[in-house]
Order: sequence, then C-alpha cells, then structure tokens
Amino acid sequence: MSYSNLKRVDLIFDKECNPKEIIKNTWAKSNDQIINELLESGLKGRGGAGFPTALKWKYTAEQPEPDKYIICNADEGEPGTFKDREILFKVPQKVFGGMVVGAKVIGAKEGFIYLRGEYRFLLPELEAQLEIFHASLKDLKIDFRIKIIMGSGAYICGEESALFESMEGHRGEPRNKPPYPTISGFRSKPTVINNVETLVYAFMICMHGARKFKDLGTADSRGSKVFSISGDTPKAGIYELELGMTVEQFVEEFGDGDTKAVQVGGASGFCVPRKKFKETIIGFEGVPTGGSMMLFNSSRSMFNVLHNYLEFFEEESCGQCTPCRVGCQQLILGIEAVKKGERHANYLEHLQKLAQTMKITAKCGLGQSVANSFFSIVENFKEEMIY
Amino acid sequence: MSKKINLKIDGIPVAVDERTTILQAAKSLNIHIPTLCYHDDLCIAGNCRVCVVEMKGSRTLPASCAMPVSEGMEVMTNTLKVRTARKHIIDLLLSEHNANCTTCYKNGKCELQALAAENKISVASFIDLVPHKNYQMDTYSPSIIKDDSKCIRCQRCVRTCEELQHVSALSVAYKGDKMKVSTFFENPMFEVVCTNCGQCVNRCPTGALVERNYLDEVWAAIYNPDKHVVVQTAPAVRVALGEDLGLESGVIVTGKMVTALKRLGFDSVLDTDFTADLTIMEEGFELLTRLKKALVDKDPSVKLPMATSCSPGWIKFIEHTYPEYLGNLSTCKSPQQMFGALAKTYYAQKRNIDPSKIVSISIMPCTAKKFESDRPEMRSSGYKDVDYVLTTRELAIMIKQAGLDFSALEESHYDSFMGASTGAAVIFGATGGVMEAALRTAYEVVTGREVPFNGLNITPVRGMEGVREATIKIEGTVPEWNFLEGAELKTVVAHGLTNAKKVMDSVRDGKSSYHFMEIMACPGGCIGGGGQPIPTNAEIRKKRTEAIFAEDSGMKIRKSHENPEVIAIYKEFLEKPLGHKSHELLHTHYKERIRH
Ligand code: SF4
Ligand code: SF4
Ligand code: SF4
Ligand code: SF4
Ligand code: FES
Repeated sequence: MSYSNLKRVDLIFDKECNPKEIIKNTWAKSNDQIINELLESGLKGRGGAGFPTALKWKYTAEQPEPDKYIICNADEGEPGTFKDREILFKVPQKVFGGMVVGAKVIGAKEGFIYLRGEYRFLLPELEAQLEIFHASLKDLKIDFRIKIIMGSGAYICGEESALFESMEGHRGEPRNKPPYPTISGFRSKPTVINNVETLVYAFMICMHGARKFKDLGTADSRGSKVFSISGDTPKAGIYELELGMTVEQFVEEFGDGDTKAVQVGGASGFCVPRKKFKETIIGFEGVPTGGSMMLFNSSRSMFNVLHNYLEFFEEESCGQCTPCRVGCQQLILGIEAVKKGERHANYLEHLQKLAQTMKITAKCGLGQSVANSFFSIVENFKEEMIY
Repeated sequence: MSKKINLKIDGIPVAVDERTTILQAAKSLNIHIPTLCYHDDLCIAGNCRVCVVEMKGSRTLPASCAMPVSEGMEVMTNTLKVRTARKHIIDLLLSEHNANCTTCYKNGKCELQALAAENKISVASFIDLVPHKNYQMDTYSPSIIKDDSKCIRCQRCVRTCEELQHVSALSVAYKGDKMKVSTFFENPMFEVVCTNCGQCVNRCPTGALVERNYLDEVWAAIYNPDKHVVVQTAPAVRVALGEDLGLESGVIVTGKMVTALKRLGFDSVLDTDFTADLTIMEEGFELLTRLKKALVDKDPSVKLPMATSCSPGWIKFIEHTYPEYLGNLSTCKSPQQMFGALAKTYYAQKRNIDPSKIVSISIMPCTAKKFESDRPEMRSSGYKDVDYVLTTRELAIMIKQAGLDFSALEESHYDSFMGASTGAAVIFGATGGVMEAALRTAYEVVTGREVPFNGLNITPVRGMEGVREATIKIEGTVPEWNFLEGAELKTVVAHGLTNAKKVMDSVRDGKSSYHFMEIMACPGGCIGGGGQPIPTNAEIRKKRTEAIFAEDSGMKIRKSHENPEVIAIYKEFLEKPLGHKSHELLHTHYKERIRH
C-alpha cells in the first residue's frame, strides 16, 4: 500500500523478532536502565490518557509492598476499534514480552491478561502461545506467570479500577482515586496496568532502543501507534502510523473525497469538522486518541452520530455516579427535545453546561469524556442538531 | 503520633492527620459541605458527587468525601464552579426522582429535599425522567417498603446491608440508565434473605426505603370505642424518642412518653420492660437447665452455647444463614411477643376484658418487630398476640399529629400491672444488656449472692466492641446448683450481624467454647435499631447507651427476679419459670429459610 504523505511504520507487526532473545538481553540490564530507556523513548500509554509508561512502572517499582501485579488490559471496547484483537492475534509473544519486562522492573511474580469477553475465540490460541512463552521463561530461569481472565462484557471494565473490581469478582464499578493502581490496584496491591499496545511498544523499545521510537512522531507525541480506521473510507482496517500527522493528511489518505468530519478517539474522543482538518494534529498536541478513527461523509447526520454515541454511554455507564448516569440520559432526551422542537434551541447551551459539569465531576474517565464528543459535535454542527 | 498535613480550605490554613479526607478537614473548620452518599457508619462510596469541591491544580472537582488531604493542598468549597456543579447534580438527581414530596412518607425528613431547599432549586431545569422509567414499588414486606422511584442510587443501603449486616439482601443491578438497587432475582424483600432489621431504612437519605407504617390502623383502634387498646414500649424507645421531638440525643423521656401515650388515647400504657424481666427469668432458667443437662446428666442432645432470641433480625438471620444452629437459640419469645401473649390472656383475665376486644400495640426501636409480630407462631393467646408494631419514629409522628408539645408534658408513670420494670430490663436496650441482666439473676439463683461486680455493673460485657467476651467464675453455689461450683461461664456478646457472623463462624469452626451468647442484629443493640430516629451514628449510639445505663443505675430494683409484678405473675398465673403455662405462652420455635 502506498502512502502519499503518511509514514507507515512496522514496529509492532514486524515478524522479525525473537522474544526470547529480547527478554534475555533485557534481563542483563538493571531496572534503572530499562526505566531510563523507556523514559528516553517518550512512550506514553496508548489508551488515550497518555501517562508516561516509564513513570507508571517506576512508581510501582518504588512501592515497598512485596506482592505486586502487572495487568494487560485487553478489554478493548471502544466502538470502532479492534486493534488489540489484531495485536493479540498476530504478535502475542510481544505482548507477553512487554509484561515480563514490566514484571521485572516492578518485581511482580504474576501477571494477568484481562481479555474482552467478545474475544473469547482468541483464547485457545493465546493459551497455546502462553505455553510456549512460559517454557522460554523457564529456560531463562525467570519466575513469572501470566493468566488470562475473561472480561465480563461491560465497557466500563476497561477502566482500570473497574477492571480490578471485576477481576476480584465484584461488579465493575470504578473506585475512588486516589489511591492509584501504582499504590493500590488489583487485590489492593501495587499494580501496573497497561493496555496491549503499550506493552508491545515497551517491548519494542527494549528490542530497538529508545532512539528508534523517539525519532518518530513529535515532541509531545513520540513514536508510532496503531489506528483502527472505519466509517466512510475505502480503506477501513488496522494501520500502524507515525504520530504527528494532521487530520487533513489523514483524510487525504483515508477519506472518500467527501469527508465532512473525523471522530478521533471513538465515542469518548473529539469530532473534528472539515474546517479544522488543517490545523488539528492527531496526538497530544491536538486531539489525543486511543486509536479509533471514524470518518463521516456528507451523507451522515451528525445528530444521529451524536445520538448513537450518547446511547452508547447511557448504556455503558456503570451508573454509580450522578453526573454520568443521569447526565447521559439528559443529554439524549435533551437533544431529542430540541430536534423535535419541544425545547428551544438555546436548551443546547444548558446541555453544554451540563456536559461541562459532567466533565469535571464524574467519577471516572467515562463520564468525564462524554463531554468531548458532545461539545465537538454540538459546537461544530449546531444546525444539524436543531433542524 | 501520626503525621500532620497542612492545607488550606477556603483560604483558612488547617493541619490535620494523615488520611483525613477533605470533608473531614472542612468539618474541623466548621465548613459545611453538603453530602448524600456519605454516612458516618459506612465506607466511602463517592458516587453522588454532591460534595465536590475545587482543588487548586486539578482539572476536575474531586468529591471531598473521598479525597484524602495532601500537603500544601488548596481547596475551595464555595466557588461559582462548585456551586454550579452542585446545583446541576442536585437537579439531575431530582430529574430522575419521583419528587412528589407532599405525599412522601419522608417529607420533611429527607436529605435530598433538604439539599434542594438549601440550593433553592425552584425550577426543574432538566427533563423529567420519571415517566421514562419502569419503577416498581415493593410493598410486600410487613416491615419495609421499597420504592425505586425515590431512590437516588447512593448505595448507602447496599453498603449497610453488606458491611454492617453481612446479609447483602440488597445489591446493585444493571448498569447505565437502568442501574438500580435490587434483590436476588428482583424478588420482593419479603422473599429474600433480608432480616427486616431496618438498618438500611435508617440510613436511606430519601423515601426509597421506609418502614411500613401502621399509623392509620393504630389511630383507628384508638378511636374505636369497642376496643381496649394496650400499648407497650420497649426499653430503647425512651432514650431516643426525644430526638425526633426536638430534644438532644441521649435524653431520657420515659415519663413524658407515658403521658403522651395516655394523651394519645391508649387505654393502658404498659412497659415491655415487664416482659424483659420475665424473659430473664425464663431464659436464665433455660440456660441453667441446659447447663445441668449437659454437665450433670451428660445429655448429648443439649445444645450449647445457648443464644438469646429477643432480636427478630438476628432470628431471621440465623434461620437463613445458620439453620443448623436453630436448636441453640433460646426458645424464649422476645419480650414484645411475651407481652402480646400475656396481654390477651393474663391481662385480659385480670382486667376482665374480652381478649377479642383487646388491640395490642407495641412501640419498638425496630422494624423487624413488625415482621416478628406477623409470624404465624405468634398467636399463642388464640389471637394475633401483637396487632401492630410502631417504630420510635412512628410514635414521634403520632405525638406531632396529636399536636402535643412534648417537651412541656408532665411526667407520669406506667399503668399497672405489666408496667413495673427493673434496671435489668432497661438495659435490654443496649448491646450486652440482656447478658448482663441474665447474669445478675442467674448468678444470684446459683450462689444466693449478687454478681461480684461493682454495683451490679458487669462492665466487661458493656461497650461498643463488635464482639466482647467475658468469663464469670461461679463460686459458693447453693446446694441445688453445686454441680456448677467452680465452673467458668463463658459468654459472648455481639451486635450488628457482621459480628454475629464472626461469632457463629467461630462456633461452627469449633474455635470457641461459649455457654451463652447474646446477639443483637443492630449496631449498638436496640438503641441503634432500624426504627430509631434518623440519623443514627456512633456518637448518637453512645449517648443513647449512656442514657440507658444511667436509667438502670437510678432504678430502685435492678434485678429481674425482684420485679414485684414478675413475682406476682408466677404466683398467680405462670407458676414457675419453664412451667407448662410458660411453655404455652412464652416459648416458641424457629424454622429454616432459604439462603438467597
Ligand atoms: S463516570 Fe460513569 S462510568 Fe464512571 S463511575 Fe461515574 S457512572 Fe460509572
Ligand atoms: S424522597 Fe425526599 S425528595 Fe423524594 S419525594 Fe420524598 S421527600 Fe421528596
Ligand atoms: S432490612 Fe437489614 S437485612 Fe434487610 S435489606 Fe435492610 S439492612 Fe439488609
Ligand atoms: S434505597 Fe435509599 S439508601 Fe439505597 S440507594 Fe436508594 S436512596 Fe440510597
Ligand atoms: S457525599 Fe461525597 S460523593 Fe456523595
């Protein structure tokens, strides 16, 4: 496939990699060396929040508690994304490799993969791959084991503390933070939780060194990342691309010639309208993304797009906190009422204020992020909301 | 010494202990932050978000109840941002809530209503969600009514049932807009493990969980000239009733309460304390008999330890959870039910009243008593022994409905008979009290001497520890009990069902060798009952307990077997403890129930 202006990268899916070798070499290094390498690379968590991976590992390593855990969050549930599935399917050993390196750094003896319920079909193959992986650990005399735990099928269980609750056999409800997982995570022990992609990149940095990663991307958004591209595009699929492109560049490559908006980061992300394509960078200096990119052409009703997102949140909210549980319901009924003319158009402003309150008062990232798509769609496509 | 953390709240510097929350720190400065899901007795949920504050350097507004302080923190509790967010949140709660306050049982006593008032929410700014919901009302339980349309999902009830009671009858079901507080398979409360203890009711901030009230039925009985209405009041009511009538907690209002009841029109105002004393006689002799059978007759069928049976929440708990130990329960009915059975037999005979014309009412600190009075076993008089049970809160409502100025009422005495009581009976109201009362009598029966404690105060069984053990050495026995000479009577007291579970597990695992266990379903015993004035928290429980023991110390007679009316009833009617008549009227048996 040719790319006119985007740089395709092949760090993750490159088959030229001997995980056992990388683990062996990494074991020769001190934990500080590994952390510094990661820090130097500029790797930030690939889930969208963008916390430096090295610091997460470092903080957890510093905890005096002897029992610690590393967890791979494979509960990908964002509508329009399926990149973790692809990674786990194609390069599982690299994911495990990232986990064992993390385990070394923090001092964990046990790791877990929390696998999305819908990906159960991957389980037999993953178990087989794990067997191979555990065997090579045994050869290397490394005491570490990974278990796979099936998710419960709730989107919120991808939120790290809800994921711990779910793993502990409780209802998936986010916990209060602080304490953060680095201090009190799974079973109230210090825990590193990274998503699939982050772990793979960490492992790739161990293989290639920080340089190769750092040379990619921009000052704020280092490296490459995997995108799931869907919507009105002739090229839907999974792509690993260098960070730092503008939406315009992206649309040139993946659009269908009639793109009016791109939703960057899925339901919890931002909607970028055509008039802002040029100035908007995909990355932490512009719109951050967990990897989901959805293109809309002029045949789409942005009212429907927003309505779908809100319905998704209304249903997937855990429901424990007021701003999110009730706020989502109000946003939906609110835009419906405006559309039907039952409320005046300026009710949208009231709803925007509500979304603002949700953004700053909801207990977890889910409720806080509803405002992103709400604001960006309502602001940029106001007429579509009203008429 | 724990480390001190320095922070500023609304510009005022304050130093607090590590692990303090912003909410607590603000409280120490007398800065009030509104809360809903927070409750002193429960773990932190942080889910209503009413208590959000602004924190310098934070993009979001943290929930002050759940946010620990940190060095140098700067918190603002009263900015425009906070105020707007708070108003939005209350508004949102109201939009999801069936806010027909005028016809709500909680009207005037509701925390959501108070918050709406405080924030002057006068216009519903969001769309009313209630018509979009399929709200169910559960009215099947004789004790508790659950109305989901009033529920604000604060989960206080869920936490109560799980943490304090270890029952988990209530849990959160579904997610998103459908999230609700539910029961096993959404069965009615009546059909699940719920013990009817009412602790959830006591902590529910709104009208979503309330006691089933019998106010209309009781007024109807009072106004019915054909009926003779007898009322009994439990020991723990007199130390808490005042709280709902404008008095401080821990004020003893026995005399005023009796006057109020007379003014309300009850034909006879009597005291559950009388049957509390009777319970001690029956239960004390039952314990001694079991000990004799076990120690002297070596009868392997005797079940020890023997457990008290006056707390109906505990009875239902053991029926569901430890049915294999039902034989360990004392067969004594609770004082309420003993009273009911005697009201329609002994009392009826002595006063020459047709028992079918007697309506027997009890005022209890407890919602489980409502269920208890409805049990089919509780008809030994040939009628329903106790017709209606009112909580302390309901009595307060009646007093207000009648327009009485409670604090100005004269004091008066209970009617006689079945109105005489002792200090031993009064302390039934607090955790450890039944044990202490039983020991005062049993020890004296066995040794002919008073229990060897300072002024009858058996302090080791008092206090608020969840589980308390005490061993009493029996020495200098009278001849007929000399098989107990030198024996060590091992006792244990537990309150709150989570503690009951601890004790029962230790019994089951053979880790303990108790002879006698007092178990009360509610934290603090009846003074912390589910029917007591709201709020109830550790501080208030302490005050009520102190009042109970103060009442005991001030009584002339402090041992059950010295209650003259108790002596009289054995002479005139019952003959002797555990006699034939007692068995018929005062004892019962329990049954196994499902476990979910
Ligand atoms: S923000 Fe939503 S998902 Fe998160 S805790 Fe609150 S209700 Fe649950
Ligand atoms: S629960 Fe409170 S707010 Fe709701 S109707 Fe009753 S009194 Fe009003
Ligand atoms: S009454 Fe007691 S047992 Fe029943 S739900 Fe409430 S707290 Fe739980
Ligand atoms: S029933 Fe009451 S205590 Fe329970 S969640 Fe609802 S409002 Fe809160
Ligand atoms: S009181 Fe703090 S979140 Fe509810």
